[in-house]
Amino acid sequence: MSVTVTASSPAALRGARRAGAGARRRRVLMWVATHALALALALMFLAPAVFLSLTALMTDEQALTSRLWPHTWNWDNFATVFAKSQLLRWTANTLLYATLGTVFMLVSSVPVAYALARFRFRGRRPAFLLVITTMMLPPQVVAVPVYLLWARAGLTDSLWPLILPMLLGDAYSIFLLRQFLITIPRDYTDAARVDGCSDLRTLLRVVLPMARPAIAAVALFQFFYCWNDYYGPLLYGGVAQDGWTLSVGLATFKAFHSVQWNLTMAATLLVTAPVIVLFFFAQRVFIEGVTLTGVKG
Amino acid sequence: MASVSHAATPRWRRGEGLRALLWLSPWLVGVSVFFVYPLLATVYFSFHRYDLFTLEFVGLDNYRYLLNDPRVVTSARNTLWLVAFMVPAQVLFALGLAQLVTMLKAGVGLFRTIFYLPTLVPAVAGTVTFVFLMNPGTGPWNQFLALVGVTGPDWFGDPAWSKPSLTLLALWGCGNTMMIFLAALLDVPRHLYEAAAIDGAGPWRRFRSVTLPVISPVLMFSAITGVIYALQYFTQAMIASRVASGATDSAGSAFVPGYPDESLLTLPQWLFHVGFRDFSMGYACVLALLLFGTSMIFTLVLLRQFRRAEEGS
Repeated sequence: MSVTVTASSPAALRGARRAGAGARRRRVLMWVATHALALALALMFLAPAVFLSLTALMTDEQALTSRLWPHTWNWDNFATVFAKSQLLRWTANTLLYATLGTVFMLVSSVPVAYALARFRFRGRRPAFLLVITTMMLPPQVVAVPVYLLWARAGLTDSLWPLILPMLLGDAYSIFLLRQFLITIPRDYTDAARVDGCSDLRTLLRVVLPMARPAIAAVALFQFFYCWNDYYGPLLYGGVAQDGWTLSVGLATFKAFHSVQWNLTMAATLLVTAPVIVLFFFAQRVFIEGVTLTGVKG
Repeated sequence: MASVSHAATPRWRRGEGLRALLWLSPWLVGVSVFFVYPLLATVYFSFHRYDLFTLEFVGLDNYRYLLNDPRVVTSARNTLWLVAFMVPAQVLFALGLAQLVTMLKAGVGLFRTIFYLPTLVPAVAGTVTFVFLMNPGTGPWNQFLALVGVTGPDWFGDPAWSKPSLTLLALWGCGNTMMIFLAALLDVPRHLYEAAAIDGAGPWRRFRSVTLPVISPVLMFSAITGVIYALQYFTQAMIASRVASGATDSAGSAFVPGYPDESLLTLPQWLFHVGFRDFSMGYACVLALLLFGTSMIFTLVLLRQFRRAEEGS
């Protein structure tokens, strides 16, 4: 933070010059202090990932000791994880849930957000408040009757109860998209309407191209939400292991497959890696998207 | 009269209410089926005993049971702890981290990425990792503490330390909040700082009288959503209990969430256990209404905050 002193009187100028040397030294000290603190914190933030990886590569015997550095690198652990659990099946299930969930969410939520942001109608405000309310409501509040609905449809013990509702809009995504869409100047959409575009054409030709960053961010958030979701698949995934997702499988891994930590850490690494890789491919979208979640109306 | 107002509004604006209804209809169906109906059904079931097979009207029995359920008291006390300590700790830590990032000159992008990344780690994976890091036998965290002469406790295995352990996990995953604060801090008009500096305000004074007033709506928003998420706290607590105790949880199993000593038991976990492991659907609905009531209070506060923010801009 550079503070420029715009002094108006000669007295202030003289004072500023005298303070110059001291200020420079203070700035250097500040530079060292802030960067040292940031470095220390960064190391602490990275430490869990480092120890996770090291332990994932230990042999069974070594994982029982308190040594932190593997003396032999046991890459077989990853193969063992695949052999001992249904990790591939869980990955497939998680991908199905995350992909279909995201596509369905986009198809249903973009039009709703567009209508909330652009149409003038009575009930526009209550509708928006309803979006926020359903977004903030704990999923457990309505869990019992919703579960019974899906049980009657014969769809419990599958991930469909989590995927199909996405066709009817997702409150959080509608909220974020609406926040972005209201920042598009009305002139653009009004002009399209005056030129005789229908609502749908205005959305597809004018709004969608402008909203691309917001749509990408919302899609990524939804994908991550589904990938990381534990409560939903725990409730509907069923007892049989081949219906589980990665989160549900990983939660039971320690108890079922290994007394040692090395295999559990290898499995944890395999579950986390795709998310981190995806982040590095879409970093910009993420960083821009997060600011959407702030309070600015 | 009617023709006059028609002439004033362009043709394409007519019937906008009806068209809006059309566009909103899929979502309105969703809200009815997955929100309004279940909420009413929850009230209905709360007066019944229901185990998926027989439905029996029991009046206020479930509500009476609520008043004598020690686990509800324990859950409430644990949640209160989360609201009083975990939420403020995370908000303040995220704010401090964001402020630090604004003060950096070198490697800003790298530091920002490192602080942000843990927020993306799946909740289950992050919790499993922390239970490993902090296990008293082979975990590196206590070894590190021993290096500086501190004997670490049995973090996730000790009822006194399990919630602080999860708080450390929450601090590690504060990246999202940090990014929101970072955006807010960078939005503070620079000339305000310059004016304050001329008036001779020190860094702390500048923070209190320039930064804080500008970012307070964002802080408020984060604090309230933080409280609402604390009320829903489920995954991390459940996984920590499970992995630390070595127990599995499947239908019909004897595992009671909250290990150690119910110190990590929260209302959503208890509701899940009662409804979907014991299949006492009626009583689970009473717990659901309790959860609904408490979350609604904070949601209303949040809605008021929104109205204020939109009137301000």
